[in-house]
Amino acid sequence: MSFHWRWDFTWEILPRLMWATVNTLIAAGAGYAIALVLGLILALAQRTGWKPLTLAVREFVEFIRSTPLVLQIFFVFYVGPQFGIRLSPWMSGMIAIGLHYSAYLSEVYRAGIDAVPRGQWEVCRALNMSVRNTYARIIIPQALPPSIAGMGNYLVGIFKDTPMLSVIGVAELMHTANAIGSESYRFLEPYTLVGLIYLAISLPTAGLVRLFEGWVRRKLGL
Amino acid sequence: MDMSAYPLELPEDDRPMVRFMNVTKRYGQLVVLDSLDLDVAEGEMVTVIGPSGSGKTTVLRMLMTLETINGGVIYVDGKPLTHMEKGGVLVPADERHLRRMRSAIGMCFQHFNLFPHMTALQNCMEGPVQVLGLSKQEARQRSEELLTLVGMIDKKDQHPSRLSGGQQQRVAIARALAMRPKVMLFDEVTSALDPEVIGEVTNVIRKLVNEHNLTMLMVTHQMGFAKDISDRICFFFGGRIEEQGPPGQLFGNPQRDRTRQFLSAVKEAD
Repeated sequence: MSFHWRWDFTWEILPRLMWATVNTLIAAGAGYAIALVLGLILALAQRTGWKPLTLAVREFVEFIRSTPLVLQIFFVFYVGPQFGIRLSPWMSGMIAIGLHYSAYLSEVYRAGIDAVPRGQWEVCRALNMSVRNTYARIIIPQALPPSIAGMGNYLVGIFKDTPMLSVIGVAELMHTANAIGSESYRFLEPYTLVGLIYLAISLPTAGLVRLFEGWVRRKLGL
Repeated sequence: MDMSAYPLELPEDDRPMVRFMNVTKRYGQLVVLDSLDLDVAEGEMVTVIGPSGSGKTTVLRMLMTLETINGGVIYVDGKPLTHMEKGGVLVPADERHLRRMRSAIGMCFQHFNLFPHMTALQNCMEGPVQVLGLSKQEARQRSEELLTLVGMIDKKDQHPSRLSGGQQQRVAIARALAMRPKVMLFDEVTSALDPEVIGEVTNVIRKLVNEHNLTMLMVTHQMGFAKDISDRICFFFGGRIEEQGPPGQLFGNPQRDRTRQFLSAVKEAD
């Protein structure tokens, strides 16, 4: 057995992997967008003070966080059709990953909202502000900066979890690398490239998130 | 006391700006306010003093509807605040009623509670624009006038983090006034301030007392200040008014032992 890297093969498969990277980014981006919005809804739902809803959302979040992502992906894709929900692998994948991460993001939001001092709520009440304005204009802008670091972690997390989507045939990076491997019987180059691509995206993202946090803080005058 | 004993509205000839009628507040077993009766006339400045835990801040917080009520009724401008009429009797107020009634009351807090992500001017404009529905231009004009009144106009574009405690509190006063309340509540507004900036805040309140016909209810530990500007002092002890009267009388010739003990303890601490 010998270490044997083939550059010509590397250049040959690179464009295909690049396209797959685009797919990966779309899947991660769309899933993250779903998670951002749904996570906020879950976080706010837990603050309504209406016990049944709070409890239901709490259980949902715990359920999602305590079961594997792969299982959730399989569930949406294979069990969904039995209930008449027929989705493409792409849709299933993005919804499953979005749902999964919404549970984590809701916890990030929750911590951010809890960190806003009680006096801010009281003064909103004293100024007679509506609940909607209280959240939209006062609480959430203050809850955001301390949440960004956590949100950024999960952005990288969702990106690194997209390979899970290969199990239902979404043509993202891992799926493509597997396909290349089984066509050519060469695994070293595709897998190495996949690793490098993940690294090349994850590392700067973490740095950009930190820059973004600083920018938001300055923008809000905090 | 049966709810039917409380009038749906106070009669024309007996209508103080604020009336606490038999008001009780409990936290679990702990009675914070015990069947409190307290009137504040229109334009009157009433200061509440007393040891900590005597329920004085609770009085203000209940009036601002930051606390629920366990018994009795609070009236503002003759109308029930904490309750509303339903089928001829008073029932606990819903959020809609509270929102309508709350607009008559403004409050300043010990820790200012300015919105940290907004400038001084934006802090003042927020309520008028979002709650009262004023145009940006009207709200800006009103806010700038008030920031001038409190001497903060030259700092109007600063965020709170760039302002001293005294400056922040003055902006907070302007912000509360921008809502044009009939009753202003000051909850230990100088307690979190460095000694050298207390004066700039008390001077603003002094100015309000002298130049505006606001009804004010204040909790403070600044006895000298309270004596100067109040029409009446209420000494709270154990959730009740132990003694009340004009400042000269209450500070000069207190009738009750507890008042005397409190005042001499405060004097010693000074």
